[in-house]
Amino acid sequence: MSATKTKERKIVISPVTRVEGHGKVTIRLDEKGKVDQARFHIVEFRGFERFAQGRFYWEMPVIIQRLCGICPVSHHLAAAKATDLIVGVDQLSPTAEKMRRLMHLGQTFQSHALHFFHLASPDLLLGFDADPKIRNVIGVALKHPDLVKMAILMRKYGQEVIKATAGKKVHGTAAIPGGINKNLSVPERDELKKDIGQMLEWSVAGLNLLKKFYHDDIKRMSGFAAFDSNHLSIVAPDGRFDLYDGNLRAKDAAGKLIFDQVKNADYYKVIQEEVRSWSYMKFPFIKSLGPEKGWYRVGPLARVNNCDYMDAPLAEKERQEFMKLGEGRLVNATMAYHWARLIELLYSAEKIQELLNDKDLQGTELVREARHRGHPRRDQQEPVGSGARRAQEGHRPDAGVVGGGAQLIEEVLPRRHQAHVRLRRLRLQPPLHRGPGRPLRLV
Amino acid sequence: MGAEKAGGRLLVLGWGNPGRRDDGLGPAIIEELARLGIPGVTAESDYQLSLEAAADLAEAEKAVFVDAALEGPEPFEVRRLSPSANISFSTHAFGPESLLAVCEEAYRRAPETLLVGVRGYEFDIAEGLTSGAQANSRAALEFIMRLIQDWKEGRTWQQANWERRS
Repeated sequence: MSATKTKERKIVISPVTRVEGHGKVTIRLDEKGKVDQARFHIVEFRGFERFAQGRFYWEMPVIIQRLCGICPVSHHLAAAKATDLIVGVDQLSPTAEKMRRLMHLGQTFQSHALHFFHLASPDLLLGFDADPKIRNVIGVALKHPDLVKMAILMRKYGQEVIKATAGKKVHGTAAIPGGINKNLSVPERDELKKDIGQMLEWSVAGLNLLKKFYHDDIKRMSGFAAFDSNHLSIVAPDGRFDLYDGNLRAKDAAGKLIFDQVKNADYYKVIQEEVRSWSYMKFPFIKSLGPEKGWYRVGPLARVNNCDYMDAPLAEKERQEFMKLGEGRLVNATMAYHWARLIELLYSAEKIQELLNDKDLQGTELVREARHRGHPRRDQQEPVGSGARRAQEGHRPDAGVVGGGAQLIEEVLPRRHQAHVRLRRLRLQPPLHRGPGRPLRLV
Repeated sequence: MGAEKAGGRLLVLGWGNPGRRDDGLGPAIIEELARLGIPGVTAESDYQLSLEAAADLAEAEKAVFVDAALEGPEPFEVRRLSPSANISFSTHAFGPESLLAVCEEAYRRAPETLLVGVRGYEFDIAEGLTSGAQANSRAALEFIMRLIQDWKEGRTWQQANWERRS
């Protein structure tokens, strides 16, 4: 941390060591030493919208995941889901959907374990005020070697799930338009089954450790950086917790619904974005509440707060206990993110176990084909989904370029998405800065 | 997990990004080594070092790390590594010494480890090694094969040996 003393002072905290990646906090103090402005900076400009233009649509799941080396699976699957729409496949085969779900659960399992044990546990186990030189995973290993071994093997297990489902531990290639290009072989399944019981046990142990820490220091944990907010997440049609797919639900701090069951492709009907002069980031907000009051939390806390139930018995029991923290409202304590994250870790372990016992994962219907729902191509009679088949076979299709022009949008996308895509294309044009506080019209 | 899967007691771990030209030296050498399928040798590669590599390391009798070097001697240089608690907070940049330290603290042991830094020349956004890096990778692979041979025949890894040989 460094501080420069002028009339107005600025405190810079760089790097922020409790998030993966590169973050910075700047706090500007006025002449009286009061906080005038506080900002969290992250490398927000990545340019992927540009990279994607002119590329084949089936390349998207491979390109977009390069956003991150820690959580590529989420981006891989988000891009694959977008290409499902392009090829007109609304419903994947059970094998494809369950393979993708297992892949994503492997991702949340390894990522949540890494976050808690590697990034968060040094603060919790060694103390917020411990010497920064030892307040890291090596410091934790010195005092709690068994805990770090647990963390290493949980992360390793999650990566093995990803490898078995995505083909590679990092930047896999399995999710393709309309499905998946591999199933889970019996040897792969049996290898993963060997350790899932242990993973489940360790997930419970990690959660119990955090709960003990939380209750022992309840005043700080529930008060530190606690603030009311809205919460946004996806939920299944019946309100069930889901990490892979669902409809949008938003609640206010008290738990009152703001909107519910909005189809994820219709997000632009309820969410708007604005830009600020000092950042490339787009600032989303709930349309009906406006930019001042419409901001919201996402991630584990919002997901656990928003859902009606979890279809994993141990995690559901934990969710019910967790929700009592809010005393009838949602849980708005920032430190409760750790708790919610570990409930999701447990959920992931339970669902991985469930899927490993599901024979659909050894099914052979990997990709579904469908006819696109726009106008038929003038120069090509075969279904758009055939591109997926050729991608699977390793051929480069001769059609299906992203950002290739208005004609292509009309030909490839369902009619209901066309206007939106046209506007999004326009929105990619410079200038990126539109002045502070001026909302950007999306639709 | 772990020992059964590691399938051997000498771990050769290479890392780098094959999408950044010669940064792919580590994975390229590991690919060659894996193709040879030497009994007792586990060849692993990744984009970057990660925490879970500590588990493989803990089960190895000895280890060789292979990474591309931005500068330094050609065709490669060899350095003996010791655990170091100097750590970057982020797993985006997890150094080999830090990995050894995590291994040592968590498992109460860390294997003898050499780092082979293979000289690269171009690190721009493209696939494929430059011809200079290809030549260096061949030399490095030969050297690693000799280390494997020494290990198999029970000879120690002496600095004098690799200085003479490289």
